[in-house]
Amino acid sequence: MTPAWAKVLIPIVLIAIGAVLVWAFSLAALEGGDRLALIALERVPESGVSNPITSVLLNFRAYDTLLEVAVLLTALLGIWSLGPAAPAFQPASPILGGMIAWVVPLLILSTGYMLWAGGHAPGGAFQAGALLGAAGVTLALGGDASAGLPGETRLRFLSVLGVLVFTAVGVILMALGYGFLTYPEGYAKWLIIFIETAATLSIGVTLAAAYLGGEPRDERTSRSAT
Amino acid sequence: MITQFLYGGSGILLFLLGTWSFIVHPPLIRKLIAINVMGAGVFHTLVALAYRGLTAPADPVPHALVLTGIVVAVSATALALAFGQRLDRDHGSSADDD
Repeated sequence: MTPAWAKVLIPIVLIAIGAVLVWAFSLAALEGGDRLALIALERVPESGVSNPITSVLLNFRAYDTLLEVAVLLTALLGIWSLGPAAPAFQPASPILGGMIAWVVPLLILSTGYMLWAGGHAPGGAFQAGALLGAAGVTLALGGDASAGLPGETRLRFLSVLGVLVFTAVGVILMALGYGFLTYPEGYAKWLIIFIETAATLSIGVTLAAAYLGGEPRDERTSRSAT
Repeated sequence: MITQFLYGGSGILLFLLGTWSFIVHPPLIRKLIAINVMGAGVFHTLVALAYRGLTAPADPVPHALVLTGIVVAVSATALALAFGQRLDRDHGSSADDD
């Protein structure tokens, strides 16, 4: 247990840290330069998409996003290496099952919308992937042992698809004489949508698989087990 | 301006509460929740910093940073939960007790 002196000292130190943070926040908020914001907003029209956040994520700082997709993949590999998944939940009652049958197609439809909307409005690969993952989680909660995910081989392929396509686009652009992930003029929009589509599939599959929390079971073994 | 400080201040408050909980509570699951609360506070503050008034567009860079951060936080949490589950399975529930 925490000793008595720590019970007094910890809040005091935290309040002091808080005071410094509020001071720093007010400095940044009151006279914060918009140096980066100006540069970013100025060049949005060149980025192929009109949503500034998507142009930062997929164009100006595409490296970050590539590595981010890789972080998701790494986490999933870590989860898979810890052993098999917990047994499935009990099958849903007819009412819940009926609701799931409605909600999951709607979620998949919204995934497509969110992916497309990312170009000009709030949205994008990560939001769309989260919706796709939510569809998987909903299925898992309804008692589907595989959360609607495909068999092991295809699951493994889908989970690396985002990193694969992202890196491939970068390397091919490099081979063509542009920089790594420097999109040529006129193609930026379609390249971004191509990458985002692959990333969405990967993110959705990764989130649903992470929710199951164990390595994928081979189709044959899971069939014989059930 | 007041709105911005309200958001930024509550973000800092969330961060501090999370830090306090992380230090004080020994159970691992509570520490994990505390880290997530800390992260939520940081995201809150960053988004508040991106605010440029109602007429000007917000700074897109902190928004992109927050999106990245959320994804990393979610994957780290998922991995930590899987670790916890494995600890539980190998050592019974003793690893989780106070």
